[in-house]
Amino acid sequence: MSLLRRQAWVVGLLVLLAALFVFTRIIQPDYGADGFGSLVRAALPFAFAVAAQTVVVIAGGIDLSIASMMALTSVTAATLMDGAGEPFGIVAVAAVLLLGLVLGAVNGILVVVSRVPDIVVTLAMLFVWQGAALLVRDAPGGAASEWLKELIVGTLAVPGVPATITDWVPKALILLVVMLAVVWIPLTRSRLGLSIYAIGSSSLAAFRSGVGVARTRIIAYSIAGLFASMGGLVLTMSTGQGAPIPGPYLLASVAAVVLGGVALTGGKGGLLGPIIAVFVLRLVRSDLTFLAVDPNVTTIVEGTIMVIVVMLGALLAMRSRQS
Amino acid sequence: MASDILLEATGIAKHYGAVVALRDASLSVRRGEVHALMGANGAGKSTLVKILTSAIRHNAGRILIDGREHVVRSPAEARRAGLVSVYQEPALIPDLDIASNLRLTATPVEPFMNWVREMGVPDLDLRATARDIPLAILRVLDLARAIAIEPQVLLLDEMTAALPADLAEKVLAVVRRQGEAGRSVIFISHRMLEISALCDRATVLRDGETVGVVDIGPGSADRIVELMLGARVERIKREIAASSSDAPAPAAKPRLSVRDLSVSGKLENVSFDLMQGEVLGVVALEGQGQDELFGVLSGSRRPTAGSLAMDGRDVRFATPADAIAEGIALVPGDRAEALLMQRSVRENIALPFSARPRNWGPIPLRRQNAVVSEAIRRLQVDTRAQREVQRLSGGNQQKVTIARWIAAKATTILCFDPTRGIDIRTKHEIYHLLRELAGQGASILLYTSELEEVQLACDRAIVIFGGRIVDVIPAAIADEPTLVRAAYGLPRLAPGETAGAGVIPGTAS
Repeated sequence: MSLLRRQAWVVGLLVLLAALFVFTRIIQPDYGADGFGSLVRAALPFAFAVAAQTVVVIAGGIDLSIASMMALTSVTAATLMDGAGEPFGIVAVAAVLLLGLVLGAVNGILVVVSRVPDIVVTLAMLFVWQGAALLVRDAPGGAASEWLKELIVGTLAVPGVPATITDWVPKALILLVVMLAVVWIPLTRSRLGLSIYAIGSSSLAAFRSGVGVARTRIIAYSIAGLFASMGGLVLTMSTGQGAPIPGPYLLASVAAVVLGGVALTGGKGGLLGPIIAVFVLRLVRSDLTFLAVDPNVTTIVEGTIMVIVVMLGALLAMRSRQS
Repeated sequence: MASDILLEATGIAKHYGAVVALRDASLSVRRGEVHALMGANGAGKSTLVKILTSAIRHNAGRILIDGREHVVRSPAEARRAGLVSVYQEPALIPDLDIASNLRLTATPVEPFMNWVREMGVPDLDLRATARDIPLAILRVLDLARAIAIEPQVLLLDEMTAALPADLAEKVLAVVRRQGEAGRSVIFISHRMLEISALCDRATVLRDGETVGVVDIGPGSADRIVELMLGARVERIKREIAASSSDAPAPAAKPRLSVRDLSVSGKLENVSFDLMQGEVLGVVALEGQGQDELFGVLSGSRRPTAGSLAMDGRDVRFATPADAIAEGIALVPGDRAEALLMQRSVRENIALPFSARPRNWGPIPLRRQNAVVSEAIRRLQVDTRAQREVQRLSGGNQQKVTIARWIAAKATTILCFDPTRGIDIRTKHEIYHLLRELAGQGASILLYTSELEEVQLACDRAIVIFGGRIVDVIPAAIADEPTLVRAAYGLPRLAPGETAGAGVIPGTAS
């Protein structure tokens, strides 16, 4: 019961997502496993961008350079793998993940050392990483290893499990869950994870509790960089090339973080909420496409949903506190 | 004996640019000693504490622990060196539950829980989020967390300031046992009674220098005050005498009339009149409904029943702006709730002028400046650091809060524990100021957790217990024992009768 209460926001989002699926089936009766598969694939880069933003926001900051880091890591991956043999792909992946970690660390170190507000530093880095991406490759191109591209296409057949079930578990979803879990679960089980929540909640109290505030902040940005590089990799995996111009991932990541129940003031929330929020926002978008709604109206609807959901959430929270 | 000294600091100096916070501070703490660190606001106590715990670095001087040079760069390292502090504000992470907060500092849970129970909190839920726990309990948890790792030196900064009398007793008993167990405690408090009951010696700071070390014993309180205030002590004693004897008889006309005020579950049928030119004290233990009363009167909370009248006119407040428009201003205990910490002294004082919608548009600078300067001069606000209010000492911040409402010509000032954590000298300046304002016709409602304030500053006091007014006591007979009895809901003693020793918690020491 208390678990349900503490995860009320996530449960609410899941209900919203389920309702949206039902709605989708009503307006589009043949929407099924295939549709779900392509939804997950489309949501993949958004999900990693949101994961990156979530870590930084929980630590009480914000990172405006996420989309640029994704672009830079994406073109780097595509360029490394261009013309190289299939086995080299694994080296390229490792190198790109390391690059993401370094980019994030640079963001964090600049924020900590310069004492310039993070919103300014990461805005500046948005331009720097974008310029760097254009230096690596001034036009879309490059290549990706075949096995990498295969990782997010289709479903995984598991012996003994009927296809009607495995059809609903696309490889892209498995990849997403594994990649996020590998980073997130050890993190939240450690004192490091606790420290990230602590500096976001009250950096003074954290400092007095003996948390290394500067170090923790740098690590939070580094993890964001790592997630951003995963986002860059899936971009290269899904398109088979790298594009130096950042996609629409920055504002989308902030939107999903808010919708996912993470307080922009820091210290509160988890990773699950924002990830579900990504799916909610993506599904709303495809529904509106199915309904042939003007794309300009689509963004208005998305914004409205965000305000209403966050407002409802705050109202419910107030209720439960009063009772 | 040199080996007896656990912590020794000599020649500590710290300056921020041209502003000198510490000139030449020294402190020497013996093993197993409870050592008081005293000083008026701005004397450098907080700076010295921060230096000892390495929250900031000193410009000169040496710190030895156990005869070894103590070089650390962060509170985390100070912890490992056996030096743990409990600050004036709670240090638990608000969004984490207690268990996570303990894990964060690698605090063993068993001893922590033992100490918590020891201090009279029997049923603590480790899953509770720190944000949802009342302030007084948080202070206890902070202390328990510090003691649980058995530090060599425990540093307590204004630990008891936010505690109700009964909790404070238990906390002090626990602190005393630390000394008996051979660990040293550096204790900072403005409550002289606590110091005499608890401490072995006191180091006194004045203007960034150590001016004396006093062995606690009979008469030491006077000696400490003398050292703290220097040449000023005689003048201030005269002022106290003047302020308590010259209290003018309040005019008979009520300024603010409260009738049958109720707030669901917290206040029941509270009625009283605040007269023109009166300082009316409010006395209550923690959480008896005083927060709700001040909330309603200042317009930040709506009552469930009852009415308010100003000068005989019915009034109704939807927001604090409504109350301010009627001339009612709130001076909260937590300065951070009243001030724009990053703005200048002048802007903070001038805020109520420009905040009114009809005053939007260009600010009449010349007139505003004149009013603000007058308020600063009158309150003797130390304006060396006036560019940012957050750099002022707590006492000076509180003066700025009051100055603002004087400048705005408020007729009724609600002071909610305005002297919490403020040094004795500034406290007396504030009492004096309140009396002076009352003398000029202002009405002041003063909630205070320091009972001696009632006789120093008030004409009468109402006592709230369990959401009801249980007594109205004229200042002349409102000594501490009388107020404490009333605050615990006990009937007033008949003249001549005396309370048995130990019956009254909080005054035993």
